[in-house]
Amino acid sequence: MEELLTITFVLQTLRITIPYLLPSLGAVYSEKGGVVNIALEGILLSGAFAAAAGTFYTGNIIVGTACGILAGIIIALIHSIVTITFKANQIVSGIALNILAFGITKFFCKILFGSSSNSERIPGIETLDLPFNPFLLLCVIILGITYFTINKTRFGLRLRAVGENPQAADSLGISVTKVRYLGVLISGALGGLGGAWLALDQHSYTDGMSAGRGYIALAAMIIGKWNPMGAAGACLLFGLAESFTLQFQDSGIPTQFIQMLPYVLTIIVLAGFIGKANPPAADGVPYEKKD
Amino acid sequence: MKYFKYSAGPLISIILSLIIGAIFIILIGQDPAEVYVKMFTDTLGNSYGIGQVLFKATPLILTGLSVAFAFRAGLFNIGAEGQMTVGAFASAWAGFTFTSMPWIVLIPLCIISGFLAGAFWAAIAGYLKARFGSHEVINTIMLNFIAMALVSYLVNNIYLVPATIHTPEISPNAVLLRFDVITGMFKGSPFNLSFVIAAAVCIIIYYVIRKTPFGYRINTLGYNINAAEYAGMNVKRLTVYAMAIAGGLAGLAGLNFVNGYKHYFELGFSENAGYVGIAVALIARNNPFAIIIIAVFFGVLEYGGLTVNTLVPKEIVTILQGIIILLIITITKYFDKKFKLAKA
Repeated sequence: MEELLTITFVLQTLRITIPYLLPSLGAVYSEKGGVVNIALEGILLSGAFAAAAGTFYTGNIIVGTACGILAGIIIALIHSIVTITFKANQIVSGIALNILAFGITKFFCKILFGSSSNSERIPGIETLDLPFNPFLLLCVIILGITYFTINKTRFGLRLRAVGENPQAADSLGISVTKVRYLGVLISGALGGLGGAWLALDQHSYTDGMSAGRGYIALAAMIIGKWNPMGAAGACLLFGLAESFTLQFQDSGIPTQFIQMLPYVLTIIVLAGFIGKANPPAADGVPYEKKD
Repeated sequence: MKYFKYSAGPLISIILSLIIGAIFIILIGQDPAEVYVKMFTDTLGNSYGIGQVLFKATPLILTGLSVAFAFRAGLFNIGAEGQMTVGAFASAWAGFTFTSMPWIVLIPLCIISGFLAGAFWAAIAGYLKARFGSHEVINTIMLNFIAMALVSYLVNNIYLVPATIHTPEISPNAVLLRFDVITGMFKGSPFNLSFVIAAAVCIIIYYVIRKTPFGYRINTLGYNINAAEYAGMNVKRLTVYAMAIAGGLAGLAGLNFVNGYKHYFELGFSENAGYVGIAVALIARNNPFAIIIIAVFFGVLEYGGLTVNTLVPKEIVTILQGIIILLIITITKYFDKKFKLAKA
């Protein structure tokens, strides 16, 4: 068990947790406001691609990261327009955007890098050269801000109001549309940031590198009962499980069973076996104003 | 006029998406007219192309039908991808395990195995909904990933043929023959008897939905769950049955690849057919016959992408699929309001 306690193992766990945590916190913003954001998978993927392309052309990691965030926001904007303005089905929109992101990243990967499977090597973040990992620091700050924003600020209160009871919020003069847009766009920015980390950590973009993390992030949010701290705890748990499989590859437990863990846990939590899962009352329901 | 009202939204969406796709094509310096003309002539202009299109359409008919059947019961099945995966593996397993059986036994066995595996997988989500009220959308998504991991375990750790990435080959008696072997038409294309199965299943489902008491109950459940309950229907049992049948239909979608084409199972065979099936069902408005037409249209896109790959990356087609779905759900909603159509 000594191997579990090494600093390398802890750092590895935290590194793996980052791309779960950022989109998971994003999902909290989106769903607290009443919009289910399955598009996070595509947001993560396009964030990774845009960050790789941006870094490749400018040689600057910060510009690359900004590109990743921007790509996430663009996808989130489409999701907002389709589901909030046009009130279309949020699940279908999310799936369509994931298909779209899958196609667009492959398409432009071929055009920009001449290969549909990966980008060229980009400067990334050498975590070993730094005393701390800047993304990790960023994660901790964002987690703190998210907790504070959702629970202690006026915007947080409004976000929860439009997610729980949009009619009531509307009658108090809160613009349901505006608040929901903001929630989804923030989720896009955080998802894009998570994607940027994937590419910078690996020093390249590889096809489909989000590998279901967007869905796991959603699962973590559900297990964390739609709360930032809960979501972070669930992400850490998944990070730990994955790190464990990397560390003990010949432990006898097939990796596939560890991969299943987040999904099985989500189903169990949703069924109500571990406390009560309480999603925002209007989560997933477009708001139709009564005339 | 009735048909126009129902098809206006989908038609405009398809045209608009082709226009948006043209922008992508211009962006990389190619001529959209040339690309689109090549895409449609190379697919529908010769018998090999038509065979390829129908081959690509076959699993989409079944996954589309799966999503549509669940929709009828008011359930949203995002799990066709996973149901198709377990179904395909089960069909392959039956095919390479019971190798001594004659074809008249083995082929039905493969079909039934695929159906039951998919049905079981979807019934889990149906049961969770009926028993605990947990939403089938999230559960079917989770079950997709669990299915993928489970089948990956079975293929890689138990049934792997060394030095390959697939299972053993199925018995020749389990093969669904290609049309070019039977008729000599569609020479060289993998278009096979699975298509006949898919089309037959469409007719059966149409009949079940429209003409049987069970179909009537399914429709009632979809229209108004309270009315169904008040009329004395066992809503919980009906929910599990509806999901199971939807899953079974998706489970059959693997036959095309396993028994009709490669004759073994390998991961990644699905090419997202489970998710594209959602688009097919949406555009076809859950009508079994419209599903065949729309699946063929998506088949044109999928094979068409390959034919123009020298001009533009074939992923242009994936982009088109995504855009079509986004437009459909926004535009159709507008037209439904305008023409005052009831929800399909």
